[in-house]
Amino acid sequence: MKLKKTVLAAAALALAVGPTAVSAQLADDITLVSWGGAYQKSQHRAYVEPYIADNPEVTAVWDESSYEAVAKLRAMNEAGNVTWDLVDVVASDAIRLCDEGLAMEIDHDELLAPAPDGSSASEDFGDLIVSDCFIPQIVYSTTFGYRTDMVGSTPPTDVCAVFDTATYPGKRSLEKRPINNMEWALICDGVPKADVYDVLETDEGQARAFAKLDTIKDDVIWWSAGADTPQLLADGEVVIGSTYNGRLFSVIEEQDQPVGMLWDAQVFDLDGWIIPVGLPADRLARAKDFVRFATDTQRLADQAKYISYGPARMSSAPLVGQHADLGIDMAPHMPTDPENAKNTFLYNYEWWADYRDDLDAKFQAWLAQ
Amino acid sequence: MTAIDSPVLTADGTPLKASLRRALRREKARAFLLVSPLLLFVLLTFIAPIADMLFRSVENGIVHDTIPRTVQALRNWDPEQGGSPGDDVFEAFYTDMVFAVERKSHTRLGSRLNYERTGLASLFRKSGRRVGKFDTTDYADAFTTLDQAWEDPRTWDALAVSEGASLPRTASVHATWREVVRTDGGDPLEEEPWDVLYAALYADLMQAPAGGFDNPLLNDARTAAAGLEPVSLREQFGAIDEDWLDPQVWRTIRTYAGRYTPGYFLNSVDLKLTADGVQYRDEGDRIYILLFGRTLYMSLVITISCILLGYPVAFLLANLPLRTANILMILVLLPFWTSLLVRTSSWKVLLQQQGVINDILVALRIVDDASRLILINNQTGTIIAMTHILLPFMILPLYSVMKTIPPSYVRAAKSLGATDWTAFWRVYFPNSVPGIGAGSVLVFILAIGYYITPELVGGTRGVFISNRIAYHISSSLNWGLAAALGTILLFAVLILYWTYDRIVGIDNVKLGG
Repeated sequence: MKLKKTVLAAAALALAVGPTAVSAQLADDITLVSWGGAYQKSQHRAYVEPYIADNPEVTAVWDESSYEAVAKLRAMNEAGNVTWDLVDVVASDAIRLCDEGLAMEIDHDELLAPAPDGSSASEDFGDLIVSDCFIPQIVYSTTFGYRTDMVGSTPPTDVCAVFDTATYPGKRSLEKRPINNMEWALICDGVPKADVYDVLETDEGQARAFAKLDTIKDDVIWWSAGADTPQLLADGEVVIGSTYNGRLFSVIEEQDQPVGMLWDAQVFDLDGWIIPVGLPADRLARAKDFVRFATDTQRLADQAKYISYGPARMSSAPLVGQHADLGIDMAPHMPTDPENAKNTFLYNYEWWADYRDDLDAKFQAWLAQ
Repeated sequence: MTAIDSPVLTADGTPLKASLRRALRREKARAFLLVSPLLLFVLLTFIAPIADMLFRSVENGIVHDTIPRTVQALRNWDPEQGGSPGDDVFEAFYTDMVFAVERKSHTRLGSRLNYERTGLASLFRKSGRRVGKFDTTDYADAFTTLDQAWEDPRTWDALAVSEGASLPRTASVHATWREVVRTDGGDPLEEEPWDVLYAALYADLMQAPAGGFDNPLLNDARTAAAGLEPVSLREQFGAIDEDWLDPQVWRTIRTYAGRYTPGYFLNSVDLKLTADGVQYRDEGDRIYILLFGRTLYMSLVITISCILLGYPVAFLLANLPLRTANILMILVLLPFWTSLLVRTSSWKVLLQQQGVINDILVALRIVDDASRLILINNQTGTIIAMTHILLPFMILPLYSVMKTIPPSYVRAAKSLGATDWTAFWRVYFPNSVPGIGAGSVLVFILAIGYYITPELVGGTRGVFISNRIAYHISSSLNWGLAAALGTILLFAVLILYWTYDRIVGIDNVKLGG
């Protein structure tokens, strides 16, 4: 029915893009938004430096605002002045931005480069394209690290060690939000992984998760910044704590602290780009050109030289090499490595998009009591 | 005689009164011009955002703007009869959703309604993907097979004008359709008509009397429509998700259909607006009253600690020789100039269980290694760190007031036989009360709105209401609720200020001099 419309739109697009590509009306400035720290540095070295080497007229500016990207983009959109060209967000935020109409819906196969073997971008990224607006970049995981000198002769191998205060006495650190904690609590209360979200949807299931968390409530330090757990582990404040796997990698390998990884029941999550809506044509063209380059197979593999997050493309995995400064093989430190990914948990974005507000209120009320 | 009666004139012949008035007016205008940049600045950066915040806390236009036909149709639905709404509601909702999806506003509405009923966000998202693929395409096929003219957008354009009265739905849907196509950058005279137009036409034709049109095209269509299998939009929506057949979903939409809602304010005080009126939230969901109470209580404790710690320091500063006092003053101001985050992080290093204070206490054998004090990630941590951070705001007004108390007062008291304590308590202290007042108001109002420090050292029981406001602004995007919480906080401060003025008198507050 809408065929004619589609054809017309495609023709209009071709007209709009055609001359742009030929006469190269690309903006010379690009504002990239990311998380700062080691992660942003890895992006700078893997994507921006080679891109600028190819396009010396481009100036890239970083804005470390990903923590509040959703709110800031909404404010910019209401003010009618979007100053960002490409924003790095976690998948759940990308879904939110897409829901709010603040991120551009894209055609992945048209915008992104195909894999070297010729398969299309959407095949190469596979299930990781969790939203029409989301351009996946890395797979990271939220998992546990423990003090090797505080666990005696039996280092934990099971995520439920967190709830076992008899064997592993001491404080533990967990994130100050319901996501992940509720799932781990149910898994350790005997709920099969596949049923976790069905159980969590019911009031009894939520009560069950809170009851399990109640058993360790007095032993938990709740963190809100990703750097908290590494610091608490390094100071010996906690015996075990959850954080992002890349942070643990830097505590263990770069800072040489007595900390071990517990990969069991790690929760995979994704991080990637979105293009804000409302960009002028020349900036949009530049953002598209950059993102096509920055998410090709080689670039994603290169990023793993600087940080231990897994590239989102299947075709990048075999290209992952050694750490640029430490010279160690990066593959065994990837959350996606088969040895580490024996027991993983998939974070259900759709489910949390619905239940986040409700459960967060309950979680905060539970914390405050 | 005449010289006295006639008005006094100035040199240029105008009456003196008028001339003076003009001079005064000019003076006033000049004064106003001088303050106008500041006035404008305050208006733009302070008054306007506050007004905007007040407005956001009740604003709820999104439901009405996104699904206007549904809102209209739901008015006639009586939920008391049980069961889901009638077909007219589903018909209106189908039309609204088709256009909302095209405008990409349906997911936004879904997130808005999800605050009130969990699950609606995904319901709208899911339905948005499917609503363009309904069986209403059968109508379109049937009509276009009947007559090629239906494929021509001009036919519709002409009908909407000539038969608008007998085809009300079609005319209304067509008007919106034209607008949506235009906004998309298309031409409504070139665009192939959408299914939703055929569905509206079908509904109109089914209600029109047989042969009641002058236009043969419509009469043919009317005959063909009678022979078509009707597409139940209720079933189409039910096939996407059974939740659409749940009356509770529709009651939620109906309850929040108004342009303005008290919902956010009710939520801020642990109540909720349901289809059955205002109710308490479940025991496990109540949090805001507790947080408001805690914020006030902890701010009060912080203010009192600041008075207890700040008073002696200010006293010392005011009474030491200038050279020594200046060095002490730098010690007071130095932390004032240090970054807030640095100071808060330093408190972490000092207070944590493996931190400096605990290590010293253990080394001195005051505390056993196994029972180290818990000084952080609780209320104690917040109170210690915030007292330190806000202390200069207490010391500085106290100091400037104490500086102005003449030493001769205390000397006079002593010469009249007062002891040191009596001289201090009966003479010096009453004179310093305006400083305490100023410092307390400053510290209390700053404390009540603090959020970084409680977030970092407050753990679970040491956080303030502002932490929730920040969460709703930057994370949950529930700006309406954040605005309502902020408004309540603002008025709480204003009421406290007013009470303070009534009891102590704001004239008694001195920041110096």
